[in-house]
Amino acid sequence: MLFRDRIAATKPLVFALCLLPFAHLVWDAMHGTLGPDPVAQLEHRSGDWALRLLLATLAITPLRKLTGWHKLIRFRRMLGLFAFFYVSVHLLIYLFVDLGGYWADIFEQIAKKPYITVGFAAWLLLIPLALTSTQAMMRRLGRNWQRLHRVAYLIALLGVLHYFWLVKADHREPALYLCIWIVLMLARLRVRSRPADELRRVAARLKI
Amino acid sequence: MRRDQPTHLPQSCITPEPVYRRRREVLQLLGLGAAALAAGCGSEAASPQAAAPETRVPDKSLDVASHVDDANGEAQTTYADATHYNNFYEFGTNKSDPAANSARFVAHPWSVEIAGLAEKTGRFTLEDILKGQALEERIYRMRCVEAWSMVIPWVGIPLANLLKRFKPLASAKYVAFTTVERPAQMPGLAYPVLDWPYREGLRMDEAMHPLTLLAVGMYGRDLPNQNGAPLRLVVPWKYGFKGIKSIVKIEFVERQPRTTWNLMAADEYGFYANVNPAVDHPRWSQKTERRIAGTGFNLFGNRIETLPFNGYAEQVAHLYAGMDLRKNF
Repeated sequence: MLFRDRIAATKPLVFALCLLPFAHLVWDAMHGTLGPDPVAQLEHRSGDWALRLLLATLAITPLRKLTGWHKLIRFRRMLGLFAFFYVSVHLLIYLFVDLGGYWADIFEQIAKKPYITVGFAAWLLLIPLALTSTQAMMRRLGRNWQRLHRVAYLIALLGVLHYFWLVKADHREPALYLCIWIVLMLARLRVRSRPADELRRVAARLKI
Repeated sequence: MRRDQPTHLPQSCITPEPVYRRRREVLQLLGLGAAALAAGCGSEAASPQAAAPETRVPDKSLDVASHVDDANGEAQTTYADATHYNNFYEFGTNKSDPAANSARFVAHPWSVEIAGLAEKTGRFTLEDILKGQALEERIYRMRCVEAWSMVIPWVGIPLANLLKRFKPLASAKYVAFTTVERPAQMPGLAYPVLDWPYREGLRMDEAMHPLTLLAVGMYGRDLPNQNGAPLRLVVPWKYGFKGIKSIVKIEFVERQPRTTWNLMAADEYGFYANVNPAVDHPRWSQKTERRIAGTGFNLFGNRIETLPFNGYAEQVAHLYAGMDLRKNF
């Protein structure tokens, strides 16, 4: 057998799937099919996927508890790193393709424009998470690793706010992302409940 | 791919194919390495089969009496881009929605209600409105409040020519405009993203200014539905949202009229909405803009500086003498 198990066999597939939106973007860029405002398209599409992958990463733990398929955890790092990848691509496009020669503007934008401030903060906060995503770092940080990586919830919220604040009037799509974030947060709170609470709940149910 | 070019268009209006293709080059360069890495499809994917949106066959060529370039010879936006990147929320809030969702819209026959403080009021057909008026082509910059811009050859008549015919009274200080509201033909109206119908307004001197155009066409042909057929306002020194589309009512009023975006967020969209790089939108900078024009996409070339009054300061700045433009943004 080429792979240790099914998960290991699925990983390249998930990897390829995560790369697909980027490949599509590059394809469209090369074929000139990004539409009248290619820069906006590059920004919006990379941003959409960054947000989707951030939320997908956060969905892993609740999904594990819900389905009992605990091996899902083995996809989480890959999804998280791809989220970082798309956020970085998004930022690079903004800096080098959109802002172009107007470099000086970036500092003013980060300082003054709330949606840029939160977007940039989200990217900064992702860096330590990406750097500590290795097995060795997990071992070295012990319990602190988990504490540090809870920042992912804040990062996703910042991403949603970034989207919310840049939209002019039609907030339906950012609102959908916010709803997903809230649901994940609620699921998280449930999931975090201690085994003892869990036992008590089961006991309560049995009495009825 | 078909490229029908009306013969009366001056050659300068048509982006030469090589120039048009060059806009994609930088992206191609950017993409090449990444694609080879990402998908391993580098070499065969590189052939630049540019798939620009098909340009529509002109409904009819407009009989244009005069041509004036008020955009300083700057490269024009292609017809395809100007008709496939629109903010017309009545057809949806994505830029591609108006082109995709406006086919069912019926722009002919059309009539406009003239109301308010004028000697002559009533309902007038589009033919009435245009009777005896020579159509002019005006090439204007169009600066969107979202910090992108285009250069578009409009066809229309000066709004002043039309307004004078109705003999506004001395008490008429403002002109209020209303967009048509047809839920059956405008799917975007189903969602109250704005307070429908769309309304805009101008001070009387702004409305009477020779640059203010009532457009019935662009690129030498009738306005497409997604661009505000059959009749729209073009005020080149103001942000694009002042250019109200598919107008069904023009009213002379004494007080400053309520306008849609101002009602939506008064701190973000003022009544005047003059293009002003010194006054930022609260959420984004207005100092520079991304120009969507034929010569198009090169890495540093398509972001340009925004000019006061969108470059029309010489003609219009006097209208606002003594006004604090930070307060009256």
